[in-house]
Amino acid sequence: MRSSPTVAVTGLNATDNPGPGVAVLRALRAAPDFHGRLVGLAYDSLDPGIYHQPLGLSAAYLIPYPSQGLEAMRERLFEIHRQTPFDVLIPTLDSELPSMIALEPELAAKGVHLYLPTREQFDLRSKARLAELGARAGLDVPETRVLSDVRELYDVHKDVPYPFMVKGVFYGAVKVNAVDEAVHAWHQTVAKWGLPVIVQQHYSGEEYDIVAVGDGRGGLIGAVPMKKMLLTDKGKGWAGVAVKDPTLIEMTERFMAASHWRGPCEVEVLRTHEGRSLLLEVNPRFPAWTFLSAGAGQNLPWAVARLALGDAVAPMRDFKAGTMFVRISLDQVTSIDRFEQIASTGAITFEKEKDPP
Amino acid sequence: MNVERLRELAISDTGFVFDPYSGFTFSVNETGRFMLQALKAGHAAEAVAAQLAEAFDLTPSDDPSRDVHEFILMLREQQLLPHDDDREG
Repeated sequence: MRSSPTVAVTGLNATDNPGPGVAVLRALRAAPDFHGRLVGLAYDSLDPGIYHQPLGLSAAYLIPYPSQGLEAMRERLFEIHRQTPFDVLIPTLDSELPSMIALEPELAAKGVHLYLPTREQFDLRSKARLAELGARAGLDVPETRVLSDVRELYDVHKDVPYPFMVKGVFYGAVKVNAVDEAVHAWHQTVAKWGLPVIVQQHYSGEEYDIVAVGDGRGGLIGAVPMKKMLLTDKGKGWAGVAVKDPTLIEMTERFMAASHWRGPCEVEVLRTHEGRSLLLEVNPRFPAWTFLSAGAGQNLPWAVARLALGDAVAPMRDFKAGTMFVRISLDQVTSIDRFEQIASTGAITFEKEKDPP
Repeated sequence: MNVERLRELAISDTGFVFDPYSGFTFSVNETGRFMLQALKAGHAAEAVAAQLAEAFDLTPSDDPSRDVHEFILMLREQQLLPHDDDREG
């Protein structure tokens, strides 16, 4: 096992709707076996993770948004790799995964290892294919329709009765009770996320999220289910607790067996008041609350780094239910010099400085 | 009575209860904690009522049996006891 690799992680936007990067970096830093270096890859010079001293980043770099195209991402990653060679890259944002999956062979040729799903696996868990995934995995899913024309919305209640959720293909969900609300939500969703739009039956119940890692052969490396205890106005978990309902682990195992998922993911499950356990969606990356897995006894980011490096990682099943997380907002004080450095050059190196970032 | 879920509960001395299956937490008072511990140990409802009467000096007019049955109903609502288990003993 290589204990001192250099691991680069994206998604340092630790805002009230945080990217998972800081949590992944914290988990790596907390792994007793990890003695390597950490590199942060950010999209904005004010991404808070760049300035988070306890991470002990060796360097941070700005990278182009995925919307700027594959070529821009390739060039930038290769340039960063020339300056600060890294062994493992853990992307943490949905939107960058198609680029990273496409670049995986070229990055591997340069000695950069990723542990990602294939494009087919990535597409299978898209919101638009939830029903297909449910059928394949033998998992109960909410009644779902994928619509591309607003006129379909006027009749969809015959299949999916009100209230239902209007969801963007990548993000966003609005609960609607009548057709006028549905049409309004449709236009908002299309303006932001484009077509198609997903209409999904709304159920009342308790939501559980599972951070998990699949081995790419149908097996589960590890999983920690969590119940959100406090939500932000955007519905993001601000506090949560690890739970050990075996149904949640079994559902995750079924997803892994059906998809042969390779890498990290977040499985979202709704337990209805009638006792149904519905698969709501699968996010193709670590969630922002991933550090809970390390705290509960399964350091899944470190497992992914080791798997990327080709190490054998034994399946993990034990974790401490009742381990909680509670987020905090705080002001990080730093020098304008650091902001200037990252803003003007797109890079900041901390190792030459006497004090940490 | 199937008390499998009750056996998993973490019950603190202060009456704070954590259900590791669902993630829910709640608090019970002293008598609630007594009943929870007794049910968790597998005692039938009427036996719990008798223990409750003895431990808290209750008289028949206090109707400890009613308290225990109401408590069992609450546990069912929280899905900590199965709904279809009518035996209570």
